Amino acid sequence: MESATIALLAAAIVAGTPILFAALGELMAERSGILNLGVEGMMLVGAVLGFIFASNTGNHWYGLLAAMMGGGLMASIHAFISVTLRGNQVVSGLALTIFGTGISGFMGKSYQGMPAADPFRPIAVPLLGDIPVLGPILFKQDALVYISLILAIGLWYILFRTRWGLRIRSVGENPAAADAVGISVSRVRYICTILGGMFAGLGGAYLSLAYAPSWQENMTAGRGWIAVALVIFALWNPLRGLLGSYLFGGVEALTFRIQTIGIHVSSFFLAMLPYLLTILVLVLVTIRLRQEAGAPRALGVPYDREER
Amino acid sequence: MRQAPLIEMLDISKSFPGVQANDHISFRVYPGEIHALLGENGAGKSTLMSILAGLYRPDSGYIKVKGEAMRFRSPRMALEAGIGMIYQHFRLIQNFTVAENIVLGSPASSFRVNHRAIEKETAALSAKFGLEVNPAARINQISLGEQQRVEILKMLYRGCDILIMDEPTTVLTPQEVEELFKVLRLMSGQGKAVVLITHKLKEVMEIADYVSVLRKGKVVADGRIENLDEKTLTSIMVAREVEFSQIDRKKSSEKVVLEISKLQVPGDQGHLAVENVNLTLHAGEIVAIAGVAGNGQKELLEAIAGLRNPSQGEIRLDGKMIQEQSVQEHLAAGIYMVPEDRLGMGLVPNLSVMDNAILRNYTRREVKRGLLFNYKKIIAYTRKLVEDYNIYLSDIHHPINYLSGGNLQKLLLAREIDQEPRVLLASYPVRGLDVAAAEAVYQILLKERDKGTAILLVLKDLDDIFRIADRVAVMYDGQINDVLDLESTDIDKIGALMLGVNKVGVHYAETQAN
Repeated sequence: MESATIALLAAAIVAGTPILFAALGELMAERSGILNLGVEGMMLVGAVLGFIFASNTGNHWYGLLAAMMGGGLMASIHAFISVTLRGNQVVSGLALTIFGTGISGFMGKSYQGMPAADPFRPIAVPLLGDIPVLGPILFKQDALVYISLILAIGLWYILFRTRWGLRIRSVGENPAAADAVGISVSRVRYICTILGGMFAGLGGAYLSLAYAPSWQENMTAGRGWIAVALVIFALWNPLRGLLGSYLFGGVEALTFRIQTIGIHVSSFFLAMLPYLLTILVLVLVTIRLRQEAGAPRALGVPYDREER
Repeated sequence: MRQAPLIEMLDISKSFPGVQANDHISFRVYPGEIHALLGENGAGKSTLMSILAGLYRPDSGYIKVKGEAMRFRSPRMALEAGIGMIYQHFRLIQNFTVAENIVLGSPASSFRVNHRAIEKETAALSAKFGLEVNPAARINQISLGEQQRVEILKMLYRGCDILIMDEPTTVLTPQEVEELFKVLRLMSGQGKAVVLITHKLKEVMEIADYVSVLRKGKVVADGRIENLDEKTLTSIMVAREVEFSQIDRKKSSEKVVLEISKLQVPGDQGHLAVENVNLTLHAGEIVAIAGVAGNGQKELLEAIAGLRNPSQGEIRLDGKMIQEQSVQEHLAAGIYMVPEDRLGMGLVPNLSVMDNAILRNYTRREVKRGLLFNYKKIIAYTRKLVEDYNIYLSDIHHPINYLSGGNLQKLLLAREIDQEPRVLLASYPVRGLDVAAAEAVYQILLKERDKGTAILLVLKDLDDIFRIADRVAVMYDGQINDVLDLESTDIDKIGALMLGVNKVGVHYAETQAN
């Protein structure tokens, strides 16, 4: 029983990691005031590019690099539309998702169903991996899980403990005030949005190179949207995002577990659970959400210095 | 002989779509000088200073700082040159602490933000200039006066030696104004220069060394303060002698229109914003509510208009209880309100003047033809309002946000008054308006009073209160302690009541600034 629980928790972390990458990216963009609803699209492009490059080079790190470039490139389109053109961020983000879904399917056509050439495999961390219970859950995972953990903690530290974080948050809260003290609003927003896209690309690549090492059309299956919701659930805090991701991952892992033990519940019902949880979480957070812990105040609002 | 100028702005022009905001302006500021930039709304003061602060780029002309030609492409470059601007709407991050706001964006701050260190630094700076702030408090917890001190400290932290302040006294109590002026004198004594953008003559006479007067984008006069007086400045400013008509305060009729007794109204945070208020309004009088913003004036007015539910007490119109009724019923009974936020709450910014004009009576049969609008009648109606109330605009089909503040206010008043109210409520009806526009609004209100309407105004400026009101109710901390006849009271008494000084141990900083 204990080993089953450990296995389930370890699986929860694996299932939560792609969501975590994407949520961290979205969180960073939103902290700077840019709402990017293109996460799903950027993840898909990351997944397909990661898979293609890893297959053709035989090296998953090249795949990862390509996934980040793809996500970053798509995010830079969004940044251009939202920051430079001051366009509608919702429309631009949705367009990105539709575009990403289409182009990833197109690019991956000949790779459909193939296994990944050089998938990420678990690496046990020396010493830490030997800790009872915690070791097998946290420290016998693949390299990307460790990277995502470091990213989450690092992003938290940067946002809340450094000068950069102060700047990013000020731009998301009150760009006019940030501008008045000499912070370049556009630059901060570009950087955060593009880095955010790279994170989403990483999340996608995790799916096709580690979680289910293969390419399936539309393989993100709504995880990008869960990531967007998770940012709200996390109240724009990366550490809360970390926990949230693993919670979602846990539900996903559990649905597989339930099927394998042979409890007779419709698999469609089980597959629905993570999304049901998303809705539930959003409702609960919205009820509880108060101004002080709310969204960055300038979220989704373009900044125009000369606006009178 | 004077020293070399700290700032020279030469031949500056800047136009926005449809307006020449600055028209070949030249402007100099010397070290240690408190320089007032005077002018009506829309004279181009803020534009000129926004150019100096690097926010706008001029169409032509150039800037010299300490003799060196500069071209500012962003506020950052202006800050680096030592020019800091404090805008009318403070540029502070609401949920950051005071210390965080002060170090934000400063190149001198360390990568890791050490809260204890920056708070200590802030405290030291605040002590040095006598600007009292609480470094660890969040901006949304402190008063507007304290927020302004944070803004000044922010600029001092960056080593600015030219401080531009846009209408700095608007949000302050008389006492806070005194404190601010003390700090400004201290700064000028250290060789720093201060530019005050203002349209308040009295303050100019009190604090400034030098005055430049702007009108329609041009400098129409400048000179040392000793060589100018209030009356000359006014006439230069508006280019016509403004009649400060003293109103005749007549004994209002004994007829009670609105009676409020023991009213309690909850605020947005659930606390009691209005506490045990009694107030009576007679037909044909103007009662002003004086007080520092955020002492329950807004909630009181909203309760009377039916926009907010009182938790206790009674509001009677002609003896009939009305507080249980809907907004529609309030309107039908003749209670109309002109809100503080003209464009946000009073009017719909992107709709045309015409659409806004009929927002009150679009359901009436006269403006309709079956299910559709009868535009001929609507146009005629709008034209009539525009004409009757001297509203200046180019086209009634244009969006309303093209109108200036004064014209917006006139339209809003026109629309409400046209409904023939029994009780008219208005918050800060002349806020942000220049002398001429304010005078026009007063005339409209006085005319309405003489028709027998009971008018309740929330006003901030004591001068305004003395100009227009018959009686004044001073509100402090949700309570009205006294309703005074303006014939038999003076400014000091009202000022003291506004600050609650008759109450033991109550300090202004406690009142949550709104």
